[in-house]
Amino acid sequence: MEKAIITVIGKDKVGIIAKVTNTLAECSINVLDITQTILQDMFTMMMIVDISKSDMDISAIRDNLTATGTELGVEIRIQHEDIFNSMHRI
Amino acid sequence: MINQFEVLETKKMLDEENLDIRTITMGISLLDCIDASAQKTCDNIYDKITRTAKDLVKTGEDIEKDYGIPIINKRISVTPVSIVGGATDAKDYVCIAKALDKAAKETGVNFIGGFSALVQKGYTKGDCILIDSIPEALATTERVCSSVNVGSTKAGINMDAVKQMGEIIKKTADLTASTDGFGCAKLVVFANAVEDNPFMAGAFHGVGEPDSVIHVGVSGPGVVKCALEKVKGEDFGVVANTIKKTAFKITRMGQLVAQEASRRLNVPFGIVDLSLAPTPAVGDSVAYILEEMGIEKCGAHGTTAALALLNDAVKKGGVFASSYVGGLSGAFIPVSEDAGMISAASIGALSLEKLEAMTCVCSVGLDMIVVPGDTSASTISAIIADEAAIGMINNKTTAVRLIPAPGKNVGDVVEFGGLLGTGPVMKVSEYSSDEFIARGGRIPAPIHSLRN
Repeated sequence: MEKAIITVIGKDKVGIIAKVTNTLAECSINVLDITQTILQDMFTMMMIVDISKSDMDISAIRDNLTATGTELGVEIRIQHEDIFNSMHRI
Repeated sequence: MINQFEVLETKKMLDEENLDIRTITMGISLLDCIDASAQKTCDNIYDKITRTAKDLVKTGEDIEKDYGIPIINKRISVTPVSIVGGATDAKDYVCIAKALDKAAKETGVNFIGGFSALVQKGYTKGDCILIDSIPEALATTERVCSSVNVGSTKAGINMDAVKQMGEIIKKTADLTASTDGFGCAKLVVFANAVEDNPFMAGAFHGVGEPDSVIHVGVSGPGVVKCALEKVKGEDFGVVANTIKKTAFKITRMGQLVAQEASRRLNVPFGIVDLSLAPTPAVGDSVAYILEEMGIEKCGAHGTTAALALLNDAVKKGGVFASSYVGGLSGAFIPVSEDAGMISAASIGALSLEKLEAMTCVCSVGLDMIVVPGDTSASTISAIIADEAAIGMINNKTTAVRLIPAPGKNVGDVVEFGGLLGTGPVMKVSEYSSDEFIARGGRIPAPIHSLRN
């Protein structure tokens, strides 16, 4: 399994999760975990996903998510799990 | 499992605080390129560099995309050219500099370092020819960087070389007068130079290094500054601890990129250089970190102590985060490349004398400082001698990268553009050091060099 972490931050509105997960489904990406809150009036979501089944590489996935983010007016970022593991775990 | 706080912290560092990998530098040995014929040597050098580093830039860009981490520079360092050139029949080494420049352009790297000589104890034939070739080499190439090591704790200071380097810097400035002496921005005079430094302009590939190697230089002054904003008013124990924790995280990212680059290029991993390297971008400044600690303007009293704490805490945090640490590792204080330093020097808060004191506790030395164009060669030599003495006595690397901008005076500003930034012309002492520099010879190694 190759995991990546997606963050979605922006003004809350109807359909953010629906649109984002739809994009992920189109890229054959499985969602493993979702946490979502409203932080300082901002919709803040973090997803852990499995990208190993996707036939796209992470930079192509990033482009798709960025496009979805622009459409929704939110900021979407995807990053490989390795970065967080190396930065925050010994 | 990774938690939301950690994810958001990393995201903020990358998006808002200018966290980046400053450079992936591939060191390449040129020792097997030597031929008695200078032309054949140049051909061999071009072939070896373009073969060994052909995937360097692409791999760097791939890692950047895959991890979403900006990697600002991809660079190459090579064996000091004085050693390579010395075995050939060449009468000057400008041809070798041109071969390096061509190879740099072919591979797509923005700088190639190693047009260098190590003369702390004396000159070989190759060293003499190399140093004489520096002004023309820097004026006629675009990406070649040069360095000369004139002193070390073990060997003392070669004052003949110090004298000559003052003249070489002046000549380089004159030959590149149309760009305000830009050639000098590619020339560093060292004491205690290190063999595995990934940062330009002083990078070269030491003879103790493997055939090829990957070094990574991290950065992130903006991240440290933002971390310190959260501990306003706390005592220095808290400040040091905050810097350590932040440096740890930055370095871990450097280690990850270094290992990945080494694996993908199939080149051994050398070291991670834990340096806080500023850029002229606002929010990416070492001076702002010092000011965040409570100094009103960088250069005020207290600056040296603040820098000492910063330099040490960066090392302590970083050393635990990487399996191999090397290079210069600490805080850089290049004046023209740091928004806070530029501002402090422009209003007169930061002087050359204060910078000299700061170099006793930072990772390198007097870096990217513009001085008046009419500064004499002997004054520049004397500045180099002072820096080399600090390095020699304190067992640390020191360097001088001065730009005597032709036709410019105190109060003028020189624009270099890009990462090299903007340099306000700084005042030097008006009193002469001529007779001191004219003596020549060697300053003996200090007593604490006798450690055996």
